[in-house]
Amino acid sequence: MNYLKETIDSLNKQLASGELSAEKLTTDTVANIKATDKQLNAWITVYDAAKPAADLDFAKNRLAGIPIAIKDNIVIDGMRTTAASHILDNFVPVYDATVITKLRAAQATFVGKTNMDEFAMGSSTEHSYFGATHNPWNLDKVPGGSSGGSAAAVASGQVVAALGSDTGGSIRQPAAFNGIFGIKPTYGRVSRWGLIAFGSSLDQIGVMSKRVRDSAEVLNVISGYDEHDSTVSEKAVPDFTEFLDQDVKGLRVAVPREYMSDSVDAGVRTAVEHEIDVLRQAGAIINEVSLPHTKYVVPTYYIIASSEASSNLQRFDGIRYGYRAKDAKNLLDVYVKSRSEGFGEEVKRRIMLGSFTLSAGSYDAFFRQAAKVRTLICDDFDQIFADNDVILGPTTTTTAFGIGEEISDPLKMYNNDILTISANLAGLPAASVPAGLTGGMPVGLQIMAKRFDEGNVFKVADFIERQNKFYEAKPAGMED
Amino acid sequence: MEVTEEMIKHVAILSRLEFKADELGEFTSQMGDIINMANQLAEVDTTGVAETAQVVDRDTTFRDDVPEHWQDRDTMMKNVPEKANGFIKVPVIIDKDDND
Repeated sequence: MNYLKETIDSLNKQLASGELSAEKLTTDTVANIKATDKQLNAWITVYDAAKPAADLDFAKNRLAGIPIAIKDNIVIDGMRTTAASHILDNFVPVYDATVITKLRAAQATFVGKTNMDEFAMGSSTEHSYFGATHNPWNLDKVPGGSSGGSAAAVASGQVVAALGSDTGGSIRQPAAFNGIFGIKPTYGRVSRWGLIAFGSSLDQIGVMSKRVRDSAEVLNVISGYDEHDSTVSEKAVPDFTEFLDQDVKGLRVAVPREYMSDSVDAGVRTAVEHEIDVLRQAGAIINEVSLPHTKYVVPTYYIIASSEASSNLQRFDGIRYGYRAKDAKNLLDVYVKSRSEGFGEEVKRRIMLGSFTLSAGSYDAFFRQAAKVRTLICDDFDQIFADNDVILGPTTTTTAFGIGEEISDPLKMYNNDILTISANLAGLPAASVPAGLTGGMPVGLQIMAKRFDEGNVFKVADFIERQNKFYEAKPAGMED
Repeated sequence: MEVTEEMIKHVAILSRLEFKADELGEFTSQMGDIINMANQLAEVDTTGVAETAQVVDRDTTFRDDVPEHWQDRDTMMKNVPEKANGFIKVPVIIDKDDND
């Protein structure tokens, strides 16, 4: 089963009419993943025993019987969940994440867990204990990260939709690199219960799919209040599909000049400018604006995210679960050896940076200062949203880079996130929608909106998708 | 700001991590670059600016303290690396040398 030409709607119709059986869809999906994943390595675990839920109700549940890929930092009861780390490579969760509970209630099928950068720390899916994922548009290039497995799985047609997580761009950047749609909802829209924590004030689960509507349908299912996560909003969740098929006349679109500077590749800029022109011609009002603190978002983010990570990752100590070093002679030794042998290099760098920025003597200069600059970054957005509905720009400064090209230069890798990080710092909903190709590789257009205004994000993304029909393009890197 | 191997060794202790002698040099220089990048924030004037620690729209939430039977002991013990008779096994907590 290949999903390149399918949507949730087309699958639901075939399942409801009996033209397609959910059992066959499941086994064909698993078979196709196994056949094509030798090229991609998009999956850490594929469930041979996957089966659809019982008593499927296709009229009530749009996702009934449809396989959805799950990033391997979201726990599923009884299914190995590793966060792409050696320290968790034997970990079998004993409960479901809230998003899984909600997908189960909607009768979706689980066929496995997708590859990622270890603990979601990375922008290339090269930092995985289970090896790098390859980009279906060009197998020598990275799929982006950290949700690179979910992105490659969707772009190659292994699944129709996938869950990812986004702490600094981990859904949007791989969506851009793979020519698919990906949305990080507002912080507080989707429960984080059962998401393996990285940066708790930034982490958010979201959806990736080829078609905008499919992400709207999955987000309808996973959003909303959860008693297990006190940061989830009690606001009512709208039907996100109601924002589709709208026109953009009169929509106020801000384009920050910092997002269209020379540091963005010319080909990426041209593709994004073209889409902005399309919106202008359709009656949108385009305003050039400034986000003056853009040059500080990378240091602000790396201080805050790493500080939170160093605290969150204290729990991995080799005692109650996960990897335990063999030759430890006392308790401290268990902690130090299990962590040093269990964590990969990038994770160690982030823990070290976070421990440093939180340590006595550094706290004021680094963590406290970053928390203040975060306020200034949030203020910049508030000012723009006083007069605008959405902010547009490129999702990334370049298209996908080569495997091995940036892995030995952490600072270069960190700068990949410069255009996506702000939405996490300010908690905004943000998505990447395909904006054509440059040099044979996909370009992403990023759309940001006010907190809890996913509606306008979907409205613009759907409009762009209807204009450029990028979903008709087939990834060029896959061998038949 | 100069980042030295001594600083990295100290932060490694705080982080419950250890680095082999041959890893330490490269790690120190990479961490030096990263910390210098982070240090760019020193040039931002934040006088009178409040800190942002979270971006949620809710205040502290409360719920009733209702006990529930969520998981049994066998379930919770499933992932324990070493166990015996329903207990988690750990190595000696006090070094023998400490008693000398």
